[in-house]
Amino acid sequence: MLKIRDLHVNYGGIKALKGININVPDGKIITLIGGNGAGKSTTLRAAVGLVKLSGGSILYDNNDLTGIKTKDIVSKGLVLVPEGRRVFANLTIHENLVLGAYARKDKLEIERDREKVLMLFPRLKERLKQKAGTLSGGEQQMLAVGRAIMTKPKLLMMDEPSLGLAPLIVKNIFEIIQNINKLGVTILLIEQNAKAALEIADYGYVMETGNIVMEGPGRELLNNEDVKKAYLGIA
Amino acid sequence: MTFEIFLQHLSNAVSLGSLYALIAIGYTMVYGILRLINFAHGDIFMLGGYFAFYALTTFLMPWWVGFIVAIGLTALLGMSIEKVAYRPLRDSPKVSVLISAIGVSFLIESLGVVIFGGIQKAFPIPDLFGKVMMIGNIYIVSVNFFIPVIAFIFLVGLMYLINKTKTGMAMRALSRDHETARLMGIDVDKVIAYTFGLGSLLAAVGGIMWGMKYPQLYPLMGVMPGLKCFIAAVVGGIGNITGAVLGGLIIGILEIMTVAFLPDLTGYRDAFAFILLIIILLVKPTGLMGENLAEKV
Ligand SMILES: Nc1ncnc2c1ncn2[C@@H]1O[C@H](COP(=O)(O)OP(=O)(O)O)[C@@H](O)[C@H]1O
Ligand SMILES: [Mg+2]
Repeated sequence: MLKIRDLHVNYGGIKALKGININVPDGKIITLIGGNGAGKSTTLRAAVGLVKLSGGSILYDNNDLTGIKTKDIVSKGLVLVPEGRRVFANLTIHENLVLGAYARKDKLEIERDREKVLMLFPRLKERLKQKAGTLSGGEQQMLAVGRAIMTKPKLLMMDEPSLGLAPLIVKNIFEIIQNINKLGVTILLIEQNAKAALEIADYGYVMETGNIVMEGPGRELLNNEDVKKAYLGIA
Repeated sequence: MTFEIFLQHLSNAVSLGSLYALIAIGYTMVYGILRLINFAHGDIFMLGGYFAFYALTTFLMPWWVGFIVAIGLTALLGMSIEKVAYRPLRDSPKVSVLISAIGVSFLIESLGVVIFGGIQKAFPIPDLFGKVMMIGNIYIVSVNFFIPVIAFIFLVGLMYLINKTKTGMAMRALSRDHETARLMGIDVDKVIAYTFGLGSLLAAVGGIMWGMKYPQLYPLMGVMPGLKCFIAAVVGGIGNITGAVLGGLIIGILEIMTVAFLPDLTGYRDAFAFILLIIILLVKPTGLMGENLAEKV
């Protein structure tokens, strides 16, 4: 579904990505783990056209995304839940969800998706008229995910959805990710919480300073000694 | 001063304040979305007046047709300015865009002198707006009655658009986070263009009514109102529409009333806005309705 080939990204003189390859097959949960500054966010941002590629290519449904505007990429179903949630704090929860469906015309299905989202996140339903800025961190993450579902993703990319959330809510978020996947949405998940991510992932990639240094099925990586040492805090 | 005379001054003050409010909205909306002070906004206001002038005199349109045409043309022009002078600089440093805005302002003013001529033109006031009306015990020129009414109608329309429509939601979203707006599939360039169109439309309404209130036009007529309305936007809290309206009303009323009560200060009437600006910047730098924005010009 998504094929990243020899992707290079530079920020001025900084080489953030030095030729990475990632494959996201239809229907799977794929995870990309790695420490701070490894280049995980850059990878996703390149996929949706928020940063320019310096080399390589990104294929989505066999179409090259180079030079395509973000709004058009999003309309094709390649959707990003950005790092730090980025809900529109000055808008109500209802309005945030409406904006998620901004480019869509299929009114009936939008309404159905809205109901789906409110069923997935009952806490949002009670607060529809409230400004998103008044929500707790966990609720904002749910809104960010709900808003992304309103965009009708085929491939949903999530940038550290568990960042800064309480353990109980983190568990909840990972369950929700699995549920969304079961609804038929392919997932590309970025995490520093490597253990939780690898546990639900079909396949994982490990990234260090702009390179993929290891890859394999989620279970395999979980049991890999190097991964354990570097990312799972187990000696 | 009798109560009647006071009311007469007040009607004049409110009508001027309403005009300032209409113009100030354009500054505040563009700033809210692009963090840009659109220096050409005062000149767009001037063009609105001139377009109406030519529609009524050269093209002999019925006044209401002429006004609509002029407002539409001005809105299109505002959108074109954004497209030509600001959009190509979207990823450039803020100061480049600011310089471009100043350049556009000078360009319009100079072209105005060349094309319209530097001599003042008498605005052809439709009868409806030129009558002297008696409301209760006071006489007012009907335009001073219509200005606040029309301004109010446009304000209600604007509030509806901003608060109830999807485009309005997108504008509010853009005022916080362009990148995430893109991720929602929002065509950011289009929404920015609408914002310029809307601000220019309101400026045109202001320019036309200004032409009827002070029935003359000249190419530099937008400079001083433009400055004062920018101040009104800052006083109200730049980026905040209600604040811009409030700021415009305050400056208009302050200006007229001070001159009315203290005729000796007539020569300083253009200074009041600046004094108010200094006071506000000292006392509440974010403006009356403003929030703390991380970034200020
Ligand atoms: N906008 C930017 N400008 C310059 N450098 C950046 C920018 N964004 C990220 N970087 C750099 O690129 C590298 C990768 O960053 P990022 O993709 O955010 O990593 P991660 O998401 O894995 O923490 C880091 O060295 C970071 O400092
Ligand atoms: Mg990151």
